[in-house]
Amino acid sequence: MKIALFATCIVDAMYPATAKATVAILERLGHEVVFPGGQACCGQMHVNSGYFKEAVPVIANHVAAFESDDYDVAVAPSGSCVASVKHQHPMIARSCGDRALEERAAAVGAKTYELSELLVDVLGVTDAGSQLGSWFPHRVTYHPSCHGMRLLRLGDRQQRLLDTVRGIDLTPLPEPDQCCGFGGTFSMKNADVSSAMLEDKAANITATGASLCSGGDASCLMHIGGGLSRQGSSIRTLHFAEILASTEQHPAQIAGEVQLLSGKAAQ
Amino acid sequence: MSQTFLGMPSLPVFGTGNLHASESFPKAAHRELGNAQLRANLGHATHTIRDKRLQVVSELPDWEQLRDAGSAIKESVMARLPELLEQFEKNFTARGGVIHWARDADEANEIVAGLIRETGETEAVKVKSMATQEIGLNEYLEEQGITALETDLAELIVQLDHDKPSHILVPAIHKNRSQVRDIFLREMPGADPALTDDPAKLAAAARTHLRRKFLTAKVAVSGANFALADSGTLAVVESEGNGRMCLTLPETLITVMGIEKLLPTWQDLEVFMQLLPRSSTGERMNPYTSLWTGVTEGDGPQNMHLVLLDNGRSAALADEMGRSALHCIRCSACMNVCPVYERTGGHAYGSTYPGPIGAILSPLMTGIQAEENSSLPYASSLCGACYDACPVKINIPDILVHLRGVDVDSKRGKKKIPTQMDAGMKAASWALSSGKRLGLLEKGLPLGRLAAGPDKKITKLPGIAAGWTQSRDIPAPPPQSFRTWWANEHRGPDPEGGPMPSHNKGDQQ
Repeated sequence: MKIALFATCIVDAMYPATAKATVAILERLGHEVVFPGGQACCGQMHVNSGYFKEAVPVIANHVAAFESDDYDVAVAPSGSCVASVKHQHPMIARSCGDRALEERAAAVGAKTYELSELLVDVLGVTDAGSQLGSWFPHRVTYHPSCHGMRLLRLGDRQQRLLDTVRGIDLTPLPEPDQCCGFGGTFSMKNADVSSAMLEDKAANITATGASLCSGGDASCLMHIGGGLSRQGSSIRTLHFAEILASTEQHPAQIAGEVQLLSGKAAQ
Repeated sequence: MSQTFLGMPSLPVFGTGNLHASESFPKAAHRELGNAQLRANLGHATHTIRDKRLQVVSELPDWEQLRDAGSAIKESVMARLPELLEQFEKNFTARGGVIHWARDADEANEIVAGLIRETGETEAVKVKSMATQEIGLNEYLEEQGITALETDLAELIVQLDHDKPSHILVPAIHKNRSQVRDIFLREMPGADPALTDDPAKLAAAARTHLRRKFLTAKVAVSGANFALADSGTLAVVESEGNGRMCLTLPETLITVMGIEKLLPTWQDLEVFMQLLPRSSTGERMNPYTSLWTGVTEGDGPQNMHLVLLDNGRSAALADEMGRSALHCIRCSACMNVCPVYERTGGHAYGSTYPGPIGAILSPLMTGIQAEENSSLPYASSLCGACYDACPVKINIPDILVHLRGVDVDSKRGKKKIPTQMDAGMKAASWALSSGKRLGLLEKGLPLGRLAAGPDKKITKLPGIAAGWTQSRDIPAPPPQSFRTWWANEHRGPDPEGGPMPSHNKGDQQ
């Protein structure tokens, strides 16, 4: 299968390792990955902040970059950006009176998948350890991000994939369905409420005793990781794609010190 | 009918009364977040109701179909509201009731005060009602020398404490039982000084206090949960039985109801009587459901009035994207699951309607420019928990986003100097609408790395971004973007920026 990678702007600029891991997983399964170079951003920040007029060129750019027939499906390592592509793009095009863009956006949205959705539903991955060679000997907890959970109905796909990684000790997170408080510009416009939500999320993560918190959205992980870092916590955040891509020969790179289950420090 | 012809009203007629935030949400939230007792009370209460709701909802195999049915019925009501209102008026009047039409809060208040004055009474007992909170009826009546006594236990607590409700179903959710005992001892005439904070004892004290009033009251004021167009019937759904007392004992019953509360037929009630109790109190069935159809000689109130209240509902109905907010049946499930409401409480929203539904309903009814209501649609991380919990499937997150768009558009061209947000969004639109432009900007990532310094984190940002760094660090950017890595190390450069085929399968990182 020929798969177009939508890296998403935050992963492209801030977390390239997540996109590299996505490429590695898909190629390991024998698929061809292409990177449409015209891509930039889904425009979610503009839409969710009410700047629809400014969102339109961003959306139009994404649609133009991905409407090629040259690939079978598109994938992004983000529930939130995929939800924006599938749901917000046609909605904003419609509300701005651009029927043609609405139709084109809907067509692109229909062939765009979130990574776990593609792996489980389309590519038939049920056991990451045996099918991908995934190996990650750390105690990990997992936060299901809101848009993947509620807009895409990903269910436990990401968690099931993590659960089948060899060596992993996946510890359940208390109150997993509670938002971390990110919400895009919400974290700045309503910084106090956002911080109060983050405080509770960080406390729940700390209570698990895990050395890493994983998830499917780089933005939420940046928010959670930023809060943990400010608190002086040694707990790191890592996208689930990087855990799936991690093998004994090529273990995932983790910023900062994380305890290996064997007790050895991994860099 | 108390109606004067004033010519065609200019549309839309926005709502007045207690529908406004008088200070911006972030400012009010900042204050409320500082109240540790409030946060503890709210956290405990919302989590308890949340768990109860989930349990009783999971018992119904057809819950999703019920939600669909509720949504569809409400949609059809909104589509033919004028026709249904006239049908209801005809049936209600035929059964001996009197209909009054109120365009806004002032008109409704004047009508109710006039009706009470006609009876010669100066006191009225009240059934818990959101519509009368919305129009500020109690305060208006007080100015007119009429005492309105709340008979719902939690409303009574709030009224005795000279406070405002902070939740539409559990108005005293922000108070715990020892605070309630203190209020009773301070404000309730004849309260036993030995009163403890045992909930049963507190309820008994309120019962004794209220019973005297029920037996002497000549006038009652209520709201209504539903109105059935095909029979002219009104319905009140409650837990305590105080409503039943008010609806049956006094001689005069005055009901104030928003025009959106109509249901076409009796049969439609079966859907809502399954949806409402489960969503609101987490019960399979509420203890008391009162339905009344006109006047029955020698039994119950002999003078029956209904004030049909617009107060901005027509304005909300005129908003194609926002009108489904009027489907709300005031169950409060959205506030009980909202992570923002859970931490700030209801007072932070200013309006009678707090939480996610309030954040859309208030600005829809008043217009986005009324006082600080434009700050309400931003009081959400868009996590979507409210939409999942809503028994009539109001897509609150989409309407929040829609109203943010209305807010931004309403301010375009009106500001002499663009805000930081305006300027940032404009610049980001330019940068993020081209892969080439974003790629060029990403060449600056090493600069960010430099700014982050040796500990590889950014701890302080200026301007609006300072909100982020008040409690969060930003990691140092990577040495190069994914795009650069792909072009230079993985695939080779592609000057056209088009799709690039994969040619080194099996490469891992």
